[in-house]
Amino acid sequence: MNRRVVITGTGAVTPLGVGADTLIDRWADGQCGISDGVGACREFDPLDFLSRKESRRADRFTQLAVVSATEALEQAGWASELPYPAERIGCIIGTGIGGIGSLEDQGAVLRDKGAKSVSPLAVPLMMSNAATAAVAMRFGLMGETYGVVSACAAGAHAIGAATRLVQSGQVDAVVTGGSESAMTGIAMAAFASMGATSPSGISRPFDARRDGFVMGEGAGVMVIENAESAAARGAGSVGEILGYGATCDAHHLTAPDPSGVQSARAIRMALDDAGLKPEDLDYVNAHGTSTPLNDRSETDALKLALGPVAKDLPISSTKSAIGHLMGAAGAVEAVATVAALRCGVAPPTVGWEQAEEGLDLDYVPGRARNLTLPQPAGDGRRYAISNSFGFGGHNAVLCLAAT
Amino acid sequence: MPVKADPQSAEKVIVEGLAEVGADPSEITREATFEALDVDSLDLVEIAQIVEDEFGIELVGDDVQGLKTVGDVIDLVVRKAA
Repeated sequence: MNRRVVITGTGAVTPLGVGADTLIDRWADGQCGISDGVGACREFDPLDFLSRKESRRADRFTQLAVVSATEALEQAGWASELPYPAERIGCIIGTGIGGIGSLEDQGAVLRDKGAKSVSPLAVPLMMSNAATAAVAMRFGLMGETYGVVSACAAGAHAIGAATRLVQSGQVDAVVTGGSESAMTGIAMAAFASMGATSPSGISRPFDARRDGFVMGEGAGVMVIENAESAAARGAGSVGEILGYGATCDAHHLTAPDPSGVQSARAIRMALDDAGLKPEDLDYVNAHGTSTPLNDRSETDALKLALGPVAKDLPISSTKSAIGHLMGAAGAVEAVATVAALRCGVAPPTVGWEQAEEGLDLDYVPGRARNLTLPQPAGDGRRYAISNSFGFGGHNAVLCLAAT
Repeated sequence: MPVKADPQSAEKVIVEGLAEVGADPSEITREATFEALDVDSLDLVEIAQIVEDEFGIELVGDDVQGLKTVGDVIDLVVRKAA
């Protein structure tokens, strides 16, 4: 069985704008999409893409996923017709919370007007699998489809699960990614109450002054296909999912295990799955949340997993430019990682200035840096890992290549 | 406060409600079928909620079963208001 899984299309909507190209162009340029302490998708208007009816039947997290999926399918060459039987195409999209904005709106209706006034759309708006359902329905995907819920690791878990599904041979392709829009009253208050979000409203991963994450919204979706099937239909690819590793800290409901042992194990699993060694890597897309705990334990995990190579690798966090997209983060960051490898750049950790003792890796401060040429002994491709860690101790790591 | 439904007010509320749930306003006529307007059971529950808010008339499942056109709903509301 051919285990190779190629990426034939990517799409994203983020606080830096609409489109995967917009994301990498603006991030590599050092721009930041955060303002007023949140990473909102200010350039996104669902009615630019969806009918009024589609729009009102979809929570914003679903709208973001549908628009990102549309971009990914267009790039994959699927816009006019599906290249495989619909029954052999899956859809797996992660989210942290699902349609919490819709839930809060209907909570207010229940309180103010009573149970009989609660919308019949409330459940389909808020359910965490709504994004997957909407994408599958829009494009007629009839293979295995479901949502993935693992807090801030959901996007990476979704892509990992989709990769395994393709490798199983049950499907030829999966539309997969993550989506989140949870900058609502309750969610903002709840994350602030537990001290997770930044009082300063600044996302500065790995910087000594970091004081919490900045909430963001958005979606990232990719079309992944069995490499043989894609080649048979003459499709080009933008990248490849080489490996996937996932573990659990089993340590604390929210805090990462400070030893980094299990997140390091996930990194090693992804590398082993890819058949790569640490020295084969060209770039690391860090989880890098800008919380005091994550950025320290992640730094330690990278050192544990990669050994001395960790100090030589460019390591940057997309969250410095868009904030923390929670259940969408792993997917958006996988899209950004593949794009960075294709462009041959390590985008910067925007705003990084002050080192902290022990946080002594190369976080790509200042501006984007050209990646070194692919190693002569290799296959001419560049390789990266993208880390995602979620509340609950969920660790998911993807190993990616650009083509 | 709910007002009493008459043929004119019922038509106005239902046509506006259908537009609100996403039906194409240019296609909403008395003769238009819900199928043609792409109005499904979830939309009809929303229309029933709007009717109850406006007129104090409760449309329960049995009332709505078998309704095919916009005119059917308007007639039902007027009949229940009488």
